[in-house]
Amino acid sequence: MTYIVHGATGDFEIVVGLEIHAQVSSNSKLFSGSATAFGADPNTQVSLVDAAMPGMLPTINAECVRQAVRTGLAIGAVINKRSVFDRKNYFYADLPQGYQISQFKDPIVGPGVVTLDMGDGVTKDIGVERIHLEQDAGKSMHDQHPQYTYVDLNRSGVALMEIVSDPDIRTPEEAAAYVTKVRSILRYIGSCDGNMDQGSMRADVNVSVRRAGEPYGTRCEIKNLNSIKFVRQSIEVEARRQVDLIEDGGTVVQETRLFDPVKGETRSLRSKEDAQDYRYFPDPDLLPLEFDDAFIEAARATLPELPDAKRTRFVEELGLSDYTAGVLVAEKAQADFYEVLLDALVTASKKDMASVASKAANWLTGDLYGALNKAGKSIADTPVSAGQGAELLALIEDGTISGRIAKEVFEVMFETGKGAGVVVEEKGLKQVSDTGEIEAIIDGIIEANPNQLAQYRGGKDKLIGFFVGQVMKATGGKANPGVVNKLLKPKLDA
Amino acid sequence: MSHIDKATVAKIARLSRIKIEDDKLEPLAGELNNILGWVEQLEEVNTDNVLPMASVVDVKLRWRTDEVTDGGKRDSVLKNSPNHEYGFFAVPKVIE
Repeated sequence: MTYIVHGATGDFEIVVGLEIHAQVSSNSKLFSGSATAFGADPNTQVSLVDAAMPGMLPTINAECVRQAVRTGLAIGAVINKRSVFDRKNYFYADLPQGYQISQFKDPIVGPGVVTLDMGDGVTKDIGVERIHLEQDAGKSMHDQHPQYTYVDLNRSGVALMEIVSDPDIRTPEEAAAYVTKVRSILRYIGSCDGNMDQGSMRADVNVSVRRAGEPYGTRCEIKNLNSIKFVRQSIEVEARRQVDLIEDGGTVVQETRLFDPVKGETRSLRSKEDAQDYRYFPDPDLLPLEFDDAFIEAARATLPELPDAKRTRFVEELGLSDYTAGVLVAEKAQADFYEVLLDALVTASKKDMASVASKAANWLTGDLYGALNKAGKSIADTPVSAGQGAELLALIEDGTISGRIAKEVFEVMFETGKGAGVVVEEKGLKQVSDTGEIEAIIDGIIEANPNQLAQYRGGKDKLIGFFVGQVMKATGGKANPGVVNKLLKPKLDA
Repeated sequence: MSHIDKATVAKIARLSRIKIEDDKLEPLAGELNNILGWVEQLEEVNTDNVLPMASVVDVKLRWRTDEVTDGGKRDSVLKNSPNHEYGFFAVPKVIE
């Protein structure tokens, strides 16, 4: 797949790398015992360590180390049993220490790979250069007071994983797919909640452009993108800006830029005079971070089935299409719902898993998703639980209701939250499979339609559909279609 | 051997937010070069296959369990700040 920016003097391709900052799911901060919960009153989750009071010393949170290792294992990365914390020095009002504790030369996780599904069975591997642990800064609010910037240090010291990709991305869509896939993996393993709107995950995008065959151009970094849509848009806008600049005879300057989604442009963020010079050096307050193979294996043992493996299993063992399997595994919540649904359906219907797997998948991706979309809800707040869905599907399997009636029942379930059996009972929708009862109805209909009968017997085979329709109509759609067909034909042919 | 000139001293000072008068830059450069020169004597020692020493005592990094044991002390945290409003630090406007 290629993405070409057409300039006046020729075509340019784009080269993109991403840094994803993912907040580690932990109760307390990376180096202090204060809480990490979102939305607390300002400065109530701040210890004297986070506020950088003199003499305060950092102590590392074991859970943050474990989650970083699990994340590395989930992308098949090298885990470094010895890593080092460095100080990244800069001045800003929401960074009380005057430096961020990060990892520069020796990160905890080395090279790994994230595989993107680009549709139609096409995949693309994006290299991950490293993942390191670092502290988040506080939060500045510039628009609350005419003279002051307000600073809240609740986020100060919260653990982040910075996930740095190789410059392997060539289109805005690949960048979006990469962020989506990383978020999916993080949510599967539970090392980050992936909520971009709450700032638990955000991306910095490095963009450069070049003519075909040329070496990499100078890149610009667009900071702090908090949605996948903005990742895609900012790359498009920034690539266009660089191409226009180059074609007007200018040169791209390596700098940090900000994406303004309202104006649809990127703007320079820091002045050139203050060119970044972080003067990294090993933090003298922290010894190297070391652990053994047993620690790594214990972390590996807690990894769940990951999306790629789950997708393969759904295709190979359950017989789902690659597309359907891809839709189901994309979000952990959906995949979990499907597996609970399928298990419950197998239990309720006593049928083989592979024989009902597609039916369950179709109901979930068709009926339930359709209804959820229409109602503006997500799988997290569905009024029809996986167990209730299984009950409904089991009623089709055992012939209690037809597929058509099931759709009616489902609508009532979705509105009222009632169980399938209850709705069928209340509305009297139970399928009629009693042969005697159906036979009597068939006899009546044949008797009432002598013309159609004559035409059928005269060779118009297709009229059988007419008779089936009449029977269904007479039973309010409740006759078992299989039974109707079996009984009807011999009588017509008699 | 590295050499610190007047411009480098000025740059380091600015990055560290330390105000240094112009006439002090040259003498400081001399002092810093002396310190660096002294430390550079270490380069005479062959350190191939020697790991960087993180501590002079044989201790390991101490880990803690993931428990909330701190925080909830906003008054202490804000106490030394020249200005605070509504529970926030209030600092001169930072505009980018």
